[in-house]
Amino acid sequence: MAKRFTRPESMKDKATHYCPGCGHGLAHRLLCEVIDEMGCRETTVAIAPVGCAVLAYDYWDFDTMEAPHGRTPAVATGVKRVLPDRLVFTYQGDGDLAAIGTAEIIHAGNRGENLSVIFVNNGVYGMTGGQMAPTTLLGQRTATSQFTRRSATEGFPLKILEMMKDLKGVSYLERTSVHSPKEVLNTKRAIAKSFKTQLDNKGFSIVEILSPCPTYWGLDPVESMKRIETEVVQEYPIGVIKDSV
Amino acid sequence: MAKQKGKPDISIERCKGCGLCVEVCPKKALEMSEKINDRGLKYAVLTAPDKCNGCGLCVIMCPDCAIEIVGEDEGKEKGKS
Amino acid sequence: MKKKYLSTGNEACGEGAVRAGCRFYAGYPITPQNELIAYMSVRMEEKKGTFIQAESELAAINMLLGASAAGARVMTSSSSPGISLKMEGISYMAGCELPAVIVNVMRGGPGLGNISTAQGDYFQATKGGGHGDYRMVVLAPANVQEMFAFTYDAFALADRYRTPVMILSDGMLGQMMEPLEIDEDMKPAGIVKKPWAMTGAKGRDAQRVVSLFLGDGALEAHNEKLQKKYREIEVKETRCETYNTDGADVIIVAYGLVSRMARAAADRLTAEGINTGLVRPITVWPFPYEEIKRASKDALQVLTVEMSAGQMLEDVRLAVQDDSKISFYGRMGGGVPTEEEIIEKVNSEQ
Repeated sequence: MAKRFTRPESMKDKATHYCPGCGHGLAHRLLCEVIDEMGCRETTVAIAPVGCAVLAYDYWDFDTMEAPHGRTPAVATGVKRVLPDRLVFTYQGDGDLAAIGTAEIIHAGNRGENLSVIFVNNGVYGMTGGQMAPTTLLGQRTATSQFTRRSATEGFPLKILEMMKDLKGVSYLERTSVHSPKEVLNTKRAIAKSFKTQLDNKGFSIVEILSPCPTYWGLDPVESMKRIETEVVQEYPIGVIKDSV
Repeated sequence: MAKQKGKPDISIERCKGCGLCVEVCPKKALEMSEKINDRGLKYAVLTAPDKCNGCGLCVIMCPDCAIEIVGEDEGKEKGKS
Repeated sequence: MKKKYLSTGNEACGEGAVRAGCRFYAGYPITPQNELIAYMSVRMEEKKGTFIQAESELAAINMLLGASAAGARVMTSSSSPGISLKMEGISYMAGCELPAVIVNVMRGGPGLGNISTAQGDYFQATKGGGHGDYRMVVLAPANVQEMFAFTYDAFALADRYRTPVMILSDGMLGQMMEPLEIDEDMKPAGIVKKPWAMTGAKGRDAQRVVSLFLGDGALEAHNEKLQKKYREIEVKETRCETYNTDGADVIIVAYGLVSRMARAAADRLTAEGINTGLVRPITVWPFPYEEIKRASKDALQVLTVEMSAGQMLEDVRLAVQDDSKISFYGRMGGGVPTEEEIIEKVNSEQ
């Protein structure tokens, strides 16, 4: 009996700990589908972040190691330099990448490391209980911006991709989303391009995926996707930010 | 007889009741169950199989790999999502 | 075929790493170890290895985490403030059981301190500057030859026990020049297979290198495994040099640079009729408690000399277990104890 849309081989047959409607589940599946289609499950080494996705190695059926919070791109640099023919990617949340790891992501890009970065931007720190992140929108209420994020005191949403587009070592930057089937498939295309860029030794790439966090946005999963579609994309427009591949 | 279209097979235990599949189904063939699974969560159910054309949007949106399209007519080339 | 060189301690340390098969080095500029990072930038290129000047000492240690997990022999170096930035990474290496060599060319502290020599990081190195119950093998060279030899040894130790190993040096040892003898035919020692490495799940199940153990009792079990390893290291890898300790009235305990002045002082004291011996810890972890206990059994005075406020002093007191014999002489903030000061201290305690 033919089956379509089965679970990717690179994804373990295991329920995840992610909340109902969380975008991590989608991002995990998409990158596994790409790895299956590129046939590189056996040559992949992933670097998991500290955050909700710290347990990614429970769900991915390829070698995965853990980096201290924010140091994921530095760890990945070490792996990739020693094993240049492996597919090495980091999987990071907005706290990991855009807060504590800002220096690491910028310098890995500036060195033009042949790495791919899957950057899941859901605007809060999920694992620790919904605190404000660098990507929290102005006016958004979180555990640590309970009077909403105000620029006078909490600064502005940080745009890492826009900040990095002028770095010559960075060859491909795209922001996508998962708020509809079209966007999900678009994210898959971007991940495939990022992985291909790496395997073609064409330099550093980041795919930023706008992702919902129903639990700490205080919305149900469907409303969360709507919020991305209507609000988040205003601050974080979807599209290619750099493509010099 | 028209080619047999595949239908979503939803794993009751793997589904977390997020409702994204129900939302994106173009044919409104899915609904949330009344009963709850072992996790205490409602789950998606194919309530109108006749309306379903096996398009797979539900699977694309599912964050938990809880849905598969099964029962496809053998003749149909194995679609890639 | 042995060949003689005139080398700084820092460069000797770098060559020791190269001869041990180190092919990945990440570092960051900080005095007084800049000669080492410059040296490695050349030697890694020559050896087709990887040299990265990272954006920070913190990024450097994390590059080591990845490179070591990928199976390479890896090294970083820094000096006191930079080593503080590496402590989280070192704790992760202990937790993930990853081999690596970390060189600390100590300078005056605390804070920015100065760029002179010091031994104020003894606690940080031996009692765990990072978080959690972990230990790290710490070798303390006292001359340029040992900067070479101990760094070479460190890689075999790191791989054998899957642990970070520190070379605890100091600004003077690093920057002074002395003859260095290298056996040109020496090969890397203690090469081991690394089936646990992150190389891609080809022909095997996918595996992980992590230090997160959330399961009930899982982290406790992991810690027990680590402690068992540390006990084994204490039994097998403790190294110490004793000099003229049999029947000595006075025992001086000193490591690294200070042991050189202590030895000279011991000779002069003995010549002047006060039979003085020296115990020089080579591994400051695992600490040579037994050797010091044995050497000090009949001694009337056990003098610890350090370039600090007295840190190894506490381990000496633990070894001797008789405070009536304990005396201490230390210089801080870059001050260097002289032979005469040590002799004067011994006499004043008689």
